Amino acid sequence: MALLSKKDTNLILDPLADNNPITIQVLGICSALAITAELKASVVMAISVLFVLGVGNVVISLLRNIIPAKIRIIVQLVVVAALVIIVDQVLKAFAYELSKTLSVFVGLIITNCIIMGRFEAFALGNGPWKSFLDGIGNALGYGVILVIVGFFRELLGSGTLFGFKVLGDPVAKTGLYALGYENNGFMIIPPAALIVVGIIIWVQRSKNRALIEEA
Amino acid sequence: MEHLELFFKSIFIDNMVFSVFLGMCSYLAVSKKVSTAVGLGAAVIFVLGVTVPLNWLLDQYLLKDGALAWMGPEYADYDLGFLSFILFIATIATMVQLVEIVVEKFSPALYNSLGIFLPLIAVNCAILGGSLFMQTREIPNIGLAFNYGISSGIGWFLAILAIAAIREKIRYSNVPAPLRGLGITFIITGLMGIGFQSFGGMLTGDNEPPEGTETTTVKAENKEEKEIKKEIEDKEKAVSYNEVINK
Repeated sequence: MALLSKKDTNLILDPLADNNPITIQVLGICSALAITAELKASVVMAISVLFVLGVGNVVISLLRNIIPAKIRIIVQLVVVAALVIIVDQVLKAFAYELSKTLSVFVGLIITNCIIMGRFEAFALGNGPWKSFLDGIGNALGYGVILVIVGFFRELLGSGTLFGFKVLGDPVAKTGLYALGYENNGFMIIPPAALIVVGIIIWVQRSKNRALIEEA
Repeated sequence: MEHLELFFKSIFIDNMVFSVFLGMCSYLAVSKKVSTAVGLGAAVIFVLGVTVPLNWLLDQYLLKDGALAWMGPEYADYDLGFLSFILFIATIATMVQLVEIVVEKFSPALYNSLGIFLPLIAVNCAILGGSLFMQTREIPNIGLAFNYGISSGIGWFLAILAIAAIREKIRYSNVPAPLRGLGITFIITGLMGIGFQSFGGMLTGDNEPPEGTETTTVKAENKEEKEIKKEIEDKEKAVSYNEVINK
């Protein structure tokens, strides 16, 4: 038997495009916008969410039969908060500068609606292995958008990727800058993220017209 | 004065939606109609106004580095900062539960129209974000914490009200099909965000933008010009003196 059945593969692949948490389900937008001015921060954020959602989904799925329905939100919040505290402490220990850049947004993973959404919609009704795959899939779908937005914002805004100068040196006027290219300061400011995500949605829905909303 | 400054700063300059993108999920999902937007906005103002001061107390007397000193000198070394996420979220979840009960009792219509989004206030990043920003910005006293909660709530209310009004009107305009709904809302929010950035110049307090360099160079130029003018005048005077003497 293959490790992943067709249904299992779909659990991972669907959220990447056609059922993407950010562009289709409209969940977890805040962090997607606020920390994407640099690619590095986006990648770290994506990995953190991958960890929290993957592990959290398994934990909730294991507990699903013993959680009373009335207090499930509190239980879910406690599980997420515990996982996020782990991520926060690890970041503070090994990547202090980065954790400063992310500031409160690591803590805000707790309130990232993707996580609560998946707990509610999937982990409470499915077994641990499926929940794990679902968590990974949705976190990857989230990560993909984050990385795309981070890539464009850092490339066009600062001319760098992961801090490396890929377009040449703006001061010494090498590479593209020799041809008169200027960094686009607009991409650094927060509202640019919204517009980039808007354009991603536009492109995605023009490709797959089934996703178009009624006004 | 600092109250007034914090008030306007949290509403316009550090607006929850446009400058730090908090509470975007419910902002996007509930902004289709002005009436529901107003209901959710009011709930957010209330919950923020209650939870931020409560969490301020928790932070001050339980969580901060050395905050346990009131229990006795042997507790002064404890730093429970890492527990703040879990305690803050517990306060928030409790308050949201309370709001839900009150709204259900007094306004069943509003309760029905808010639907799933009332419990979702618990996981609205604006609420937790308010408390976390209160912590990182080290707001000095409970009055200011209350002010901060209320005014950032008002900022959020303002944002959702504006976008809901725009979305009600935009139904009559011809938006490209793939951009309809979510896409155009994102882009409008982005444009509004750019607009709100211009409020940044309204209060220039402690963190002044690096424009200082420019003004000093301008002053320097003025100085040089003045000196040059003075020199020219001096020369002219000297010339006229010479002329007078020669005559």
